[in-house]
Amino acid sequence: MNRFRRVFLKLAGGLGALAAAGGTALVRPMEAWAAPWNKAGFESKAFTDALKSLGAASATESRDIAITAPDIAENGAVVPIAVTSRIPGTQQISILAEKNPFPLAATFDVAGGGEGHVSVRIKMGQTSDVWAVVKADGRFFAAKREVKITVGGCG
Amino acid sequence: MADPMKIRATLQGDVADVRILMLHPMETGQRRDAKGEIVQLHFIQSVVVTHNGKTVLDAQWSQAVSRNPFLGLRIKGAKAGDRISVTWVDNKGDKRTDEITVAPAS
Repeated sequence: MNRFRRVFLKLAGGLGALAAAGGTALVRPMEAWAAPWNKAGFESKAFTDALKSLGAASATESRDIAITAPDIAENGAVVPIAVTSRIPGTQQISILAEKNPFPLAATFDVAGGGEGHVSVRIKMGQTSDVWAVVKADGRFFAAKREVKITVGGCG
Repeated sequence: MADPMKIRATLQGDVADVRILMLHPMETGQRRDAKGEIVQLHFIQSVVVTHNGKTVLDAQWSQAVSRNPFLGLRIKGAKAGDRISVTWVDNKGDKRTDEITVAPAS
């Protein structure tokens, strides 16, 4: 009887350790996907619809958002865009190219301790304003910057 | 299996400057191949960056992000030896995770 009890305890302990390891290695990344992909926003073809999907239809323009982008991009397939938000409590940064077939390019949730800065390279079909929409403390702020495109990058 | 990412994290004071280069075709679903057939939509939808296991950036992307995407971010309160892990998932369910440690300031 005693021996069975030993084996049982060993097994149970092993399972416990496995569950703990799984808890850090497997469950955490699953939780990280909690924010569902904004299908409506990414599939809207009109700039205003994309803004609405973010809940940012009435965003106020802010000077505390800096967009770093070239004035003229020769190749629309690779347009480097960097956004820095100095607004306290920045939770989310979205990048939109107003005249792209699907304006919303990317949304970044930075609430977990990242600084309000992201840089990314996007495609642009034609010369257009690039908007950065920042959500801070539940309010929306926006800034824009025109980027001229020599050769479009959507085809 | 997807190709490995290139990740670099350099310290500037207590802020880690993280640069990530992913290898992915990022097809827009609008391009046509040599036969004139539309190349299927294929792009990274979601990118999660964690710092010592804690999510610091949760990104959602569209096909408008360039081929072989570059992503730069800054993480506050980082120090040498911290683990930074990056995971992406594309619209076909393919995914890739790579991890590095923050290099000491030189």
